[in-house]
Amino acid sequence: MEPVFETAGTCLTILLPAELDHPASDIIRRESDRIMGRIYIRTINFDFRRTTFMDSSGIGLIMGRYRALGMRSGCIRATNVSSYIIKLLRLSGVHKFMEICDAAEVSGE
Amino acid sequence: MENTNEMTIIFDSRPVNEGLARVTVASFCTQLNPTLEEVADIKTAVSEAVTNCIIHGYEGQVHKIKMTCSLKGQEITVDISDEGVGIPDIKKAMEPLYTSRPDKDRSGMGFTFMEAFMDEVKVESEVGKGTTVHMKKTIGR
Repeated sequence: MEPVFETAGTCLTILLPAELDHPASDIIRRESDRIMGRIYIRTINFDFRRTTFMDSSGIGLIMGRYRALGMRSGCIRATNVSSYIIKLLRLSGVHKFMEICDAAEVSGE
Repeated sequence: MENTNEMTIIFDSRPVNEGLARVTVASFCTQLNPTLEEVADIKTAVSEAVTNCIIHGYEGQVHKIKMTCSLKGQEITVDISDEGVGIPDIKKAMEPLYTSRPDKDRSGMGFTFMEAFMDEVKVESEVGKGTTVHMKKTIGR
């Protein structure tokens, strides 16, 4: 399952693969850097709807994208997040600088 | 007689084998009837240890990683070892957010996740000789 990248204005949405591990994170980092070099991006939305596995490589990816936004006063968002993914985001502390919408919240909109 | 079982696999330190390692352990531990959450915890911990061997132990070069899993009663033990560069300061390496490779977008959370998801994590390492991570978890507590 390949990641899918979509941009709308200054927002980049990344539909993440089923397994967000070290090789998957490397691919996503390269592609998102390429897009951000070409288009002015201020918001990155990580869509976890297909993701059933993540490890600290996924956390590193999110931290790195947050740093990449740096001076743009942009924001990082995670959507369609399962309870397991939320556990990892909280444990690593990255939830403090991102907006998190769980699967139930999104479907209720 | 107590229920025991053991397996060992040796594989190349290629990123694609991180998936192989965690799926193998997940499959092996189903004998203990773990919950989905327990399986996810073990898979994440294994993925962290194997990623460490690949990125840090062997610094991207392809050599062998050995993984031994054993079951005793409701306890699973996983040992993951490499013969790579070793860790000069284990205490520092295990600190949350510490990484020797910030250039690679590493979060520095690998050992923290292993410790959070397993009951016991022990690291043995010798510079120039390699590193072994021992992890234990009791299933169905």
